[in-house]
Amino acid sequence: MTYFPEEVVEHIVDFLGSHGDRNAVSTVCKAWYQVDRLSRRSVFVGNCYAIRPERVVTRFPEMKSLTVKGKPHFADFNLVPYDWGGFAQPWIEAAARGCPGLEELRLKRMVVTDDDLELLARSFPNFKSLVLVSCEGFSTDGLAAIATYCRGLRELDLQENEVEDHGRQWLSCFPDSCTSLVSLNFACLKGEVNASALERLVARCPNLKGLKLNHSISVESLNKILARAPHLVDLGTGSFTIDNRSETYHRLINAFFKCKSLRSLSGFWDASPFCLQAVYPICTNLTVLNLSYAPAIQSADLTKLIGLCFKLQKLWVLDCIGDKGLVVVASTCKELQELRVFPSDIYGTGITAVTEEGLVAISSGCPNLNSLLYFCYQMTNSALTTVAKNCPHFTRFRLCILEPEKPDPVTNQPLDEGFGAIVRSCKNLRRLSVSGLLTDQVFLYIGMYAEHLEMLSIAFAGDSDKGMVYVLNGCKNLRKLEIRDCPFGDAALLKDVAKYETMRSLWMSSCDVTLGGCKALAAKMPRLNVEIINENDGTSESKENLSDLQKVEKMYFYRTVAGPRNDAPDFVWTL
Amino acid sequence: MDGGVGYVDMDALKATELRLGLPGSDPPEKPPPTTTTTARPTKRSLDEDRAARREPSEGGRATSTRATKAQVVGWPPIRSYRKNSFQAMKAAAEAAGLYVKVSMDGAPYLRKIDLEVYKGYKELREALEDMFKCFEGCKGSEYAITYEDKDGDLMLVGDVPWEMFTSSCKKLRIIRGAEAIRGLGSSQ
Repeated sequence: MTYFPEEVVEHIVDFLGSHGDRNAVSTVCKAWYQVDRLSRRSVFVGNCYAIRPERVVTRFPEMKSLTVKGKPHFADFNLVPYDWGGFAQPWIEAAARGCPGLEELRLKRMVVTDDDLELLARSFPNFKSLVLVSCEGFSTDGLAAIATYCRGLRELDLQENEVEDHGRQWLSCFPDSCTSLVSLNFACLKGEVNASALERLVARCPNLKGLKLNHSISVESLNKILARAPHLVDLGTGSFTIDNRSETYHRLINAFFKCKSLRSLSGFWDASPFCLQAVYPICTNLTVLNLSYAPAIQSADLTKLIGLCFKLQKLWVLDCIGDKGLVVVASTCKELQELRVFPSDIYGTGITAVTEEGLVAISSGCPNLNSLLYFCYQMTNSALTTVAKNCPHFTRFRLCILEPEKPDPVTNQPLDEGFGAIVRSCKNLRRLSVSGLLTDQVFLYIGMYAEHLEMLSIAFAGDSDKGMVYVLNGCKNLRKLEIRDCPFGDAALLKDVAKYETMRSLWMSSCDVTLGGCKALAAKMPRLNVEIINENDGTSESKENLSDLQKVEKMYFYRTVAGPRNDAPDFVWTL
Repeated sequence: MDGGVGYVDMDALKATELRLGLPGSDPPEKPPPTTTTTARPTKRSLDEDRAARREPSEGGRATSTRATKAQVVGWPPIRSYRKNSFQAMKAAAEAAGLYVKVSMDGAPYLRKIDLEVYKGYKELREALEDMFKCFEGCKGSEYAITYEDKDGDLMLVGDVPWEMFTSSCKKLRIIRGAEAIRGLGSSQ
């Protein structure tokens, strides 16, 4: 029944970029499944336990790029115990056996060991790119193996990983013959790095476009590096402490002046306000600016810098910028697409500095805004309604009011109407996080209007099971739902269990779901792994003694064709 | 509390901190969020929390929520990497650096500088001139840089060796105008 020969189908399918589209193609018929599987170069596995690595490798033998994600998102906030799982080892082993042509590996929230990295380095002769995001379990020894054995490495990108420091030698392991680096990010490393080895490495890699340094690199070293690589596009400065008016400072200004290609800046960890002036020469070219790790810089200096950045598209700052600072952003950065405002006062002693006013200002000045993460002291329905009207293009909207269940301070009402306005107006919303005082009503709105919503995060919200049911009934494209501290229980959980096979995963912690409810779910849905995470004790005696009526502290379930996992620790109980 | 809302002044912060200890006792080190060791830790049941939070009295709710917040694991939702970095930064800043306040007569807000950054009086003077030049006034008026030492006395900057100065200086004050001229002797 195929109207086209396979080569033509393959050619057409090649134009499909998204994984979703290619997945759809593969279900049309056996012939198209074959075409897709043999021609698929880039494979995305959203949950490492949804499928066995061997099956992926067998199905896609020509795979060049593999992305795998491990722990659930709430692991970022310490809600998932350390050794829950998400091991990279089986993936790297399977790929080493079945896919020696692999060129690119991206892992997120997974446990990666030095042995894994060494196996990776030795198994793939064409390996070009390693990206590790929020991973842990490895040390600089593993990095040394990558540097030593990956000839032709183009990209080593370490984002916010916990890396054990075993010394500074790893960077020297890049052989003199390594000239292929395009992107190197070691900003998250806590230890010293061999600065002169780095300078030599930078000097011999003419294609280097991205370089993100860690705090150990001095400004003197940065000067030398910039002198060697004025063609950098993306720079992480590491720390940025300079003596006032010293010669180093002047050389730095000159160095930045020569960096005509620089478009993205980050780092600035110990930066004092004075140091920021060194980057003024290149501000007008910047499209990405991350100042979210610079708590020493106050609003006035931040706004002086940002006031020059007319072309900014992505801005990450701390809330010490203040509402007034955000007004400056709004009047300067007309092309802004993504804004993240992080709290500088993390343990909440009340010195948070942005409110709804800052957000409203941004929304009226930056109509192209499509992605927001905003930690604030308070929010009003009126402000959210205005924001919804001004910025209908949001695809990601995450609002975190620091005090849980805080109502609209002006009206003392819940924020249902405000978030309702957001979901009504933003027809392309894919990701939403809600906060503040919220009743079931907001979930009715979300279910009704958020047609394209794929990920929803809820905390301290809702009144009853109805809230959760509205969401599950309404959001047809929902993939990930994560809920904490909400009064949702078994009735909501069990209302429409078939829905869960259309989703990747669901997390519920500190809710009203009971052990009996989870058992019932597991019984009805054999293709879900329903995990109960109970850190108190995982002994089998305690499991027997648990009553079905007992509330479950943490439940995480996900669809899978791999069956229950064999690497679960004692405190994880798969029903 | 000094004016800026940027880098947190730990002394002022401690003075306003809501604590669970007795007055006068050392503030407990704020622990990084840990995983709960019991099914529901010291916080009350969820129903009680929700009832308390809906109390009309603002003050009551604020304190109860804040007290509860101090015990809520994983809230606010900030990546542990970021939280740990901030803790490390605060620790490093407190360990290193001699931050002292600098006030200038007539200036609307104070500044803070790190004395360890300067090699001597000359750099310090230049830095202070730079910092406060917007408040200089139409004529480059006379001014004197003074500091408050460990005993609380107001001293003229420059009399003692640099190291002795940095170890005894608690805050700086720039005195302008007539007062300064009166005070200035043969030095400067």
